[in-house]
Amino acid sequence: MPDSFEVHVRQEGLVWVFETHGYINNLGGEAIADEFHKTFEKGGKLYLFDLKDSKIINSIGVSVIIEILEKILEREGTLAFCNCVPIVKKTFTIMGLTQYAKIYDSCEDGLAQFV
Amino acid sequence: MDYITHRGQDFLMGTSSNKRIDLTIPILQNMELAATRVAEALAEVMLFDEVKRDEVSMALLEACINSFEHSKSKDRKVYITFTAEEDRLKITLRDHGGGFQRGAVVEPKLEEKLKPGVRKRGWGLKLMESLMDEVEIVSDKNGTTVTMIKKK
Repeated sequence: MPDSFEVHVRQEGLVWVFETHGYINNLGGEAIADEFHKTFEKGGKLYLFDLKDSKIINSIGVSVIIEILEKILEREGTLAFCNCVPIVKKTFTIMGLTQYAKIYDSCEDGLAQFV
Repeated sequence: MDYITHRGQDFLMGTSSNKRIDLTIPILQNMELAATRVAEALAEVMLFDEVKRDEVSMALLEACINSFEHSKSKDRKVYITFTAEEDRLKITLRDHGGGFQRGAVVEPKLEEKLKPGVRKRGWGLKLMESLMDEVEIVSDKNGTTVTMIKKK
């Protein structure tokens, strides 16, 4: 049972890459939001969330991602996801997120779209 | 996998009471994952494919969270029954909370949720109904019962 969540943040050119590890629930969502706010204050506009190591999510965690998406769109920026397992992709599709944020098979594919 | 399939056949060929698993979980952080583990194991025994197993788990996770968050259950527990039927898995969740009015739950739309100041939550029922074949909710002041069915 996961009892810890980690988010690793790195910058690739102008793109902020968030690599998440663990269950994206309320606590996971808050950890992502905390890191997001730090980069947003630095003027971040382009974001790629690598969900390779987050195979379980829930709607509370995704609601936090929707808050993040709202801020990114206000700044006319872009949010994309990569390495999502099928159920995460399906959940995003049901919630309508894929209308606002593209999903790429790999980080490389995602980063290439920002160039 | 062979062992699981063999044991699964024993389970599925048993008496009707043998085809039922009862699980009680406390309303505590991450306890929804205990329920999804049982669902995953049972769905595997029933030879559901991976896509459907994941859909069952996700719907159950959301049902548990809804109960955790909204039931205001006095005993702080959720009672779950898994029933393996011939071509479908039935999951029933019961809580002893205050109930809710199904009609009062507004269908969430992301376009609306993205507006400033709008609450972003409220996706659980939509996900459950999208991922399962049938979802029935019976709720009154004595609690809520959610019955979800996934066909093979």
